[in-house]
Amino acid sequence: MNLSDHRSPAPTARSEFLSGCRAILPLIIGAIPFGIIFGTLATSSGLSSLSALAMSLFVFAGSSQFIALGLLSTQTALPLIILTTFVVNLRHLLYAVSLVPYVHHLPQFWKAPIAFWLTDEAFAVGIGRYHQPDSSPYKHWYYLGGALFMYLNWQLFTWVGLTVGQMMPNAANWGLDFAMSVTFTGMVIPYLTRRPMVVAVLMAGITALLTHGLPHQLGLMVATIVGILAGFVTEQRCNRPSD
Amino acid sequence: MNELWLISGMAVVTFAIRYPIVAMSGRLKMAPWFLQLLCYVPPTVLTAIVVPEVLMPNDVLWVDPTNARLIGLLAAIGVGYWRKNLLLTIVVGMIVFLGWQWLLAP
Repeated sequence: MNLSDHRSPAPTARSEFLSGCRAILPLIIGAIPFGIIFGTLATSSGLSSLSALAMSLFVFAGSSQFIALGLLSTQTALPLIILTTFVVNLRHLLYAVSLVPYVHHLPQFWKAPIAFWLTDEAFAVGIGRYHQPDSSPYKHWYYLGGALFMYLNWQLFTWVGLTVGQMMPNAANWGLDFAMSVTFTGMVIPYLTRRPMVVAVLMAGITALLTHGLPHQLGLMVATIVGILAGFVTEQRCNRPSD
Repeated sequence: MNELWLISGMAVVTFAIRYPIVAMSGRLKMAPWFLQLLCYVPPTVLTAIVVPEVLMPNDVLWVDPTNARLIGLLAAIGVGYWRKNLLLTIVVGMIVFLGWQWLLAP
């Protein structure tokens, strides 16, 4: 994310919105292959094109959509797919809690769209803006710009994937889903400036490997919580005056 | 399988996770230590997603040079630290991964 573009003296709602769109652009580029693969896999896992489009339109949660396709193709029961969706998307609860200090003053009609468009990417871009020290009253417009732009592109590339999937059925085997891994990696790197954060990330990674066998992707939540606590404990130790 | 139920169910649980806390945010007060915990959320979540995808793509640990994802990831980390540019990190990581995969292909 290029966070240096907001130096203009008085940001307006419009300028914040456009900066948000610009800031999320690299993340959209990383998500394009993922959206295409989702569309491609939908065809082969037995989901109709209309349902694939509807899923991107109404669920809008990339990794859970992806996992749902895998479960569909192995004939998993519907309640189990919905339960897995719930667990995989639980991390969004952590995002929602993290946004509370910044959105509590907004009118209610802002809150539903902020929540509906809350993805990993929109959160990363939005929280990056909120953490900046300037007192712009329009930072929610920045979030909105990024989130909306992400949403529209996800729809577009689901549709592209459905079209490509019909032409090149083996496109899903090219490993393009790796784009999501590099995108997330690129998002983590700027955080690694302090020792407690490095400890948190290492512990989260190790725990994720150890708990990978847990059902319904529960390992994700366990690893996240272990990482957060490891970082917090390290921070307390660093701050002790005797050290 | 009724696709309408599938999509409605997934949409409802996802929104039920994202919305309530944001909706009630005006009435929530959070202790400073709790806010401090939340700073760790984004990088730990993202790491917990990426690491198994790269190191355990087939549910077993795969750490050797034939794992093209691992090589792509290392390239992305290197470029990310060196240039501090997100787009460049993504593009280089992807090119190295696809190139390595191509080299390994029989």
